[in-house]
Amino acid sequence: MTAEDMQRAVWRMAHEIIEHNHGLDDIVIIGLQTGGVPFAAKLAEALQKIENTSVPLGSLDVAFYRDDIGLRPVLPEAVTDIPGDLAGQIVVLVDDVLYTGRTIRAALDALVDFGRARAVQLAVMVDRGHRELPIRPDYIGKNLPTRRDEVVNVTDGGVDLGEMVK
Amino acid sequence: MADAATALVIKGGRLIDPTGERAADVAVGRDGRVRAVADAIDASGPDVLDAGGCIVAPGLVDLHTHLREPGREEAETVETGSRAAALGGFTAVIAMPNTDPALDSAAAVREVLDLGKAALCDVHVAGAITVGRKGEQLAPMGEMADLGVRIFTDDGSGVQDDRLMRRALEYASGLDVTLAQHCEVESLSEGGHMHEGAWSSRLGVPGIPPEAEELMVMRDLALARLAGGCMHFQHLSTAGSVALVRQAKAKSMLVTAEACPHHFTLTDAEVASYDPLFKVNPPLRTADDILAIKAGLSDGTIDAIATDHAPHTQEVKEAPFDEAPCGMLGLETALALALTELGLPIERVLALMSWQPALIAGIDDHHGGAIVEGAPANLVVIDPEATWVVDPFRLASRSRNTPYAGRSLTGRVRHTLLWGEPVVVDGEAQR
Amino acid sequence: MRHLLSVADLGADGIEEILRLTDSFVEVSERPIPKVPALRGKTVVSLFYEDSTRTRLSFETAAKRLSADTMTFSVSTSSVKKGESIRDTVQTIEAMGVDAIVVRHQSAGVPWQIAGWSSSAVVNAGDGWHEHPTQALLDCYTIQQRLGSLEGKSVAIVGDVKHSRVARSDVLAFTTLGAEVTLVAPPTLLPPSLDGWPVAVSNEIDEVLPKVDVAYLLRMQNERQTEALLPSLREYTARFGLTRRRAHLLGPEAIVMHPGPMNRGVEIAAEVADLPNAVIVDQVRNGVAVRMAVLFLLLGSGSQLEGLEHG
Repeated sequence: MTAEDMQRAVWRMAHEIIEHNHGLDDIVIIGLQTGGVPFAAKLAEALQKIENTSVPLGSLDVAFYRDDIGLRPVLPEAVTDIPGDLAGQIVVLVDDVLYTGRTIRAALDALVDFGRARAVQLAVMVDRGHRELPIRPDYIGKNLPTRRDEVVNVTDGGVDLGEMVK
Repeated sequence: MADAATALVIKGGRLIDPTGERAADVAVGRDGRVRAVADAIDASGPDVLDAGGCIVAPGLVDLHTHLREPGREEAETVETGSRAAALGGFTAVIAMPNTDPALDSAAAVREVLDLGKAALCDVHVAGAITVGRKGEQLAPMGEMADLGVRIFTDDGSGVQDDRLMRRALEYASGLDVTLAQHCEVESLSEGGHMHEGAWSSRLGVPGIPPEAEELMVMRDLALARLAGGCMHFQHLSTAGSVALVRQAKAKSMLVTAEACPHHFTLTDAEVASYDPLFKVNPPLRTADDILAIKAGLSDGTIDAIATDHAPHTQEVKEAPFDEAPCGMLGLETALALALTELGLPIERVLALMSWQPALIAGIDDHHGGAIVEGAPANLVVIDPEATWVVDPFRLASRSRNTPYAGRSLTGRVRHTLLWGEPVVVDGEAQR
Repeated sequence: MRHLLSVADLGADGIEEILRLTDSFVEVSERPIPKVPALRGKTVVSLFYEDSTRTRLSFETAAKRLSADTMTFSVSTSSVKKGESIRDTVQTIEAMGVDAIVVRHQSAGVPWQIAGWSSSAVVNAGDGWHEHPTQALLDCYTIQQRLGSLEGKSVAIVGDVKHSRVARSDVLAFTTLGAEVTLVAPPTLLPPSLDGWPVAVSNEIDEVLPKVDVAYLLRMQNERQTEALLPSLREYTARFGLTRRRAHLLGPEAIVMHPGPMNRGVEIAAEVADLPNAVIVDQVRNGVAVRMAVLFLLLGSGSQLEGLEHG
């Protein structure tokens, strides 16, 4: 995907969010560290331009909720910042790439500690397949089937596919 | 030249003794004495101890060993300690009196001397200066001297009271015995567990300043001058102490001194591991102190190397650093450390470990003497080139508390003869 | 990171990593449910041979907020038996299956000995006069919180440095992060040798206070008087105590710190402890978050394949 492709996808998904939820009442956008955060900001910006109303924006680091087994603990990239109590809100989780689904599982766990949301929806720029858990996105930028040994890079300049360096 | 009375021949070695050095074979008689010293003794009949490439010398004498019996047999016994001594090349040791009960009477001394009869080295006893080593009342030095005790010390502690020490020196001069002192002024050392200095400050461990030792050295030199009597300073550990003894000798005072291998090989930096294997009294000191001790050993200020062999069980040496008892093993590593670390010619090392301590201990009639016909066959055969690694689990001592585990040393005892009996052959104890 | 025994093990990068991580745990601690599952299934044991309810509770709270299980062996509850060797106690604890041992002991070096006998992570919660690394870390965090980076800041540590594990760890931590440290104490309360200590020394607290960003006060214990280290506590307070008068000597931005518990009226005047520039309560609060960061770094599981983080 090119940068323009991404921008168009953002606009489309913003419209989908508004349509699906019949407006922006009680919507909270939460980006996952780190890849989801800039994407969430763009989404919030797009929503604001379309509906002319600002949407609460937050970020969530799931380092403390991961189920990995490994040598070194994964450290949070940044401090979690959740705007207010999430009770009764509709949370739109935002991430750049959806892969095994484990990060989203961890995020759902984390969200529980911030109040009982009315609903949680998921927006991703790229769905690369290979799910290990029953997680499905509500809003997708692009479906991009990949091999396990490929790496998906999402930057401001676009989405690239690369080979994993072993 | 071998005959029926010869039990064994030490072949192919280089003899070094107080009279000098020569290559020769030594024939040892069944009577426990040297029968002959000559080139190429015929050894077709008797047993042969191969001394090729080795030094043959009078057996080493340790002025300072803790055999722990009676009272602390779980750490060491007279038998196990003597085996360690023999493997270390010692044919005689002076056992320290801080046993339980203390060796402060003829009865207590006799018990240890009796245990020593079956030992793998000659066991002599240092009697306590004061009753119970409490520093309050003189012990019956006369009755102990009658049993052959020639050195008295309260080792483990120093005699704190000045007047009592003066009286002890005066009394000892009448008995022609030597007083030895563990120099430690307790009001300065109290609460300390390592050398007081940069390391103790960094590690947060209460320290013992060098002055705790030096003040008592000063005092004893002054009292020895006042009262007469022979003074021997045990385990000197500081540069200041060495300087004081050097000054005293320059004034022809009759004093002698010993130093231990750990005080010329290890510094207080070792305590950074907090391993109580490095806890000893007097404590490990600084690199400058090591240099001063080495200089003292080289220039004659220090007369002898003693081990202060102090066995402790693994359990007590695993206590927190400030709760653990002080002390390190020493009998089996002392000779190798002296040969490896001092940079002195082997004759000088042997003087420091054999004939000079024999003289100080008053046993020079049986140990440390010239290897000539008729001399007691208390001998050691040393391979000065053999390298070996210290393994605490392969030491003969009942305990394992050596700070040298894993260290590579050069110089090893091949054979040890005690009154003609080969108690160590090819590095193995024979009983 | 296998253990936390000394501040010296961390280096500037290690300290900064812990402080950065602490921000996240401060946020967690402020949530309505201040808990994350990061150490679920792990067990953290407190092995306290010296009584200290405050420090022990701080560690146990930190462990619980990470969803770890805790066990307490404390001399105050007599679960630590006199006469049982530490090695035997540690082996008993390990047989029950633990992941971390937090140990406090009156003898310096015990945490190192335990680390040699144990396959768990060992955290030094105070060993004799030697070190108290988590205290130093929470002190650094508190200073950063109020004054920004420690680089170039000036800290006075006042009081019984000789017997203080807090002082030793603080000196290491503050100077590693670039602060300048001055020790203020009578000579009897300084270590016998300051060789290799990157500090300045002064006996004149009135000269030092106006120049510092942080006045760090150490506890003055009654026992020091009987050990002939001080003529009297009154004299100590007169010459070194942070009285109300002296508190006015401090700059307007300067802060007052204390590791607790305070002897009000001795090293610090009662009312000074409650001034707005005294951050003692912040220190305690930050203590839990800092200890969470330490436990997380030691016991948190992570991704073996760094770089493949998307999921």
